[in-house]
Amino acid sequence: MSSTVTEKTTETTEPVYVPTAEAIGAILDPRARPPRPSALSASLTFGWRAILKIKHVPEQLFDVTAFPIMMTLMFTYLFGGALAGSTTEYLQFLLPGIMVQSVVMTTMYSGIAVNVDIAKGVFDRFKSLPIWRPAAMVGNLLGDVLRYVLASLVITVVGLILGFRPAGGVMGVAAGIGLLVVFSFAFSWIWTMCGLYLRSEKSVMGVSMLVLFPLTFLSNIFVDPSTMPGWLQAFVEINPITRLVAAVRGLMDGNPDMGELTWVFIATVALLAIFGPLTMRAYNRK
Amino acid sequence: MTDTAIETNGLVKVFGDNRAVDGLDLTVPAGAVFGVLGPNGAGKTTAVRMLATLLRPDGGTARVFGHDVMAEADTVRSLVGLTGQYASLDEDMTGRENLILIGRLLGFRHQAARTRAEELLEAFGLTPAGDRLVKNYSGGMRRRLDISATLMNTPRLLFLDEPTTGLDPRSRNQVWDIIRAVVSYGTTVLLTTQYLDEADQLAGRIAVIDHGKLIAEGTPGELKSSVGAGTVNVRLRDAAQRAEAEKILAGVLAAPVIPGPDPVRVTVRVPGHGTERGAAEDAAKALSALAASGIVIDDFSLGQPSLDEVFLALTDHPATPQEDAA
Repeated sequence: MSSTVTEKTTETTEPVYVPTAEAIGAILDPRARPPRPSALSASLTFGWRAILKIKHVPEQLFDVTAFPIMMTLMFTYLFGGALAGSTTEYLQFLLPGIMVQSVVMTTMYSGIAVNVDIAKGVFDRFKSLPIWRPAAMVGNLLGDVLRYVLASLVITVVGLILGFRPAGGVMGVAAGIGLLVVFSFAFSWIWTMCGLYLRSEKSVMGVSMLVLFPLTFLSNIFVDPSTMPGWLQAFVEINPITRLVAAVRGLMDGNPDMGELTWVFIATVALLAIFGPLTMRAYNRK
Repeated sequence: MTDTAIETNGLVKVFGDNRAVDGLDLTVPAGAVFGVLGPNGAGKTTAVRMLATLLRPDGGTARVFGHDVMAEADTVRSLVGLTGQYASLDEDMTGRENLILIGRLLGFRHQAARTRAEELLEAFGLTPAGDRLVKNYSGGMRRRLDISATLMNTPRLLFLDEPTTGLDPRSRNQVWDIIRAVVSYGTTVLLTTQYLDEADQLAGRIAVIDHGKLIAEGTPGELKSSVGAGTVNVRLRDAAQRAEAEKILAGVLAAPVIPGPDPVRVTVRVPGHGTERGAAEDAAKALSALAASGIVIDDFSLGQPSLDEVFLALTDHPATPQEDAA
C-alpha cells in the first residue's frame, strides 16, 4: 500500500517532459549499429534477464527452496521408520531420489514461465531483433538452471543436517547434481514446447502435473522396485526417472554406474534433439 | 541508396477464414512519415507485423529497402524497429535494464550498452525514472521508453503501430513531437492510426486501408479533395435571419445546408472545391449575396472536408459527399 502512495507522489513532482528535436537528433546515430551478437552472447543476455527477474521478484524462488525442503522432511519422516528401520538409514537411500524429484518437478515452471512471458508484448520486440532465434528460450532455461542448482543445494544442506552422509563425498555429490541439472535442462524443453503450444498457464500446469506425478512416484525414488508387482516393475524399469535416479545415486555413493550414466547422456541428447527443434517451430509460428 | 522504403505487391495474410490482409499493394517513400489509416480490424497491425518479419505472409511479396521480408528476414530486422500497439517492454525490469537488455541483444558491448541506455533515458526525459520497474510507469512513460528502445540502433525505418492509442493528450503531443524529430533526422516512419487528425498532423502521405485492401492513397490534401467538397460556415448576428440566409446560400451554391445545432451558424458545402473554379470564388459569391440581402455576418470560415468525412466517404458511406460534389 505505502509503495503505491510514494509512486503517485514521485509522478506528480516530476517535471513535465518536453521532447526537443535536438535531444532526439543527438541519439539518432546511424553509426550506432553494432554487428549482431553471437548466439552465445545473445543467450547469455537472456540468461541475465532471467536472473534480473529473480532479483526483482525473489518470491519466485519459493518453489525451489520451500518445496524441496518440505518434500525432504515429509518423506524422510513419513517413510523412514517403516521402510528402513530408521530415518537416518532411509535418508541415505532417499536423498538423491528426492533431489531428482524436486528438481524434475521444478522443470514445469519453465513451461509456465514461457507461456506467461510469450503472451507479453516484449516477445514481439525480441522476435523483431536480428539475433539467433533460440536465444530467448535458451537464455530462459539458463536462468532455470540456476534455480535447479539452488534447489539441489538446498536439499543437500537439509540432507546433511538430517544426517545424510554420502560415500562419494563432495565430488560425488557435485557430479550427481551436475548430471541432474544437465538432464533437467534438456527435460525442460518438453515444457517449453508445451508452454508455446498450450493456451494458458493453467493448461501447462495441468499437463505437466499429469506427466510428472506418475513419472516421479512410479520410480525407484521412494522404495526398491523389487517389492512392487510385476506390471509396475515393468513400468518403473522403463521410466527414465528411474535411470536418472540410479545414475545420481551411483555418483553420490562414490560408485558410478557407467551403464546408467550412458543411458542418461543419451536421453539428454535425445530430449534436446527432439524438443529443441519442436520448441523453436512453435516459437517461430507464434 | 534507394528512395523506396517499403514496397508490397499483393500481400496476403489469412487467419482461418478471415483475410486480414487481402492483396495489399503499398509503396512507401523513404524519409517521411507515411500514415496508414483504417478502422479497427482493417489489417493495419497484421500488415505491419508482416513488414517487421513477425508474421509470415501467406501470399504476395514485401520488400523493405529492397530486401525481401521472408528471404532476407535478418537483414530487414537490422534495418527496422517496431513499437507495437502494446508496450514491448519487460514489466518486471527497470527502464534502464530494459534498454541495456535491448542494447546487448543488438550487439552493443557491456559498457556501450550502458552508455547508450543513459543517452536514451536522457533524451526521452526518463532519467529520474530509470531505476523504477516499468510496471510502475505511466502510460506516457511506457510509450516513450518503448520508442527509445526501438531507436536503440537507429533503425532506418520505424514502425509505429497506433503509438498514441490510450494516451492522454499531453503524452500524445510528446509522441507527436518525437515522431517529428525522428523524421527530421532522416528516419522513415510508418505510422498506423485510427485517429484522422493524427495522420493529418504528421503524415506526408496517407494510405487508407479497409478489409485488408488499399482503398485510397495520397497526400492529406489529395485525399480531401478527392472527396470533392469543402464547407462554408457563417455566423449570423441575428438568428431570426437564419431561414433567409440558408435559402440564399443554398441557392447561390446550389448545395444543401448541413443541419447543425447552433441557431446562428449556417454550414453549406462548397461544390467548387476541387474544381477549376475553386472554393474561395464560390464562397465570395455567397457572401456578397448575403450582404446584398442585408444579412449581417459576424464571422465566416472556409473549411476543408475533414479526414473523418474522407474516411467515411471511402469506407462505409461512399455516397453522400460524392453526390454533393457531382
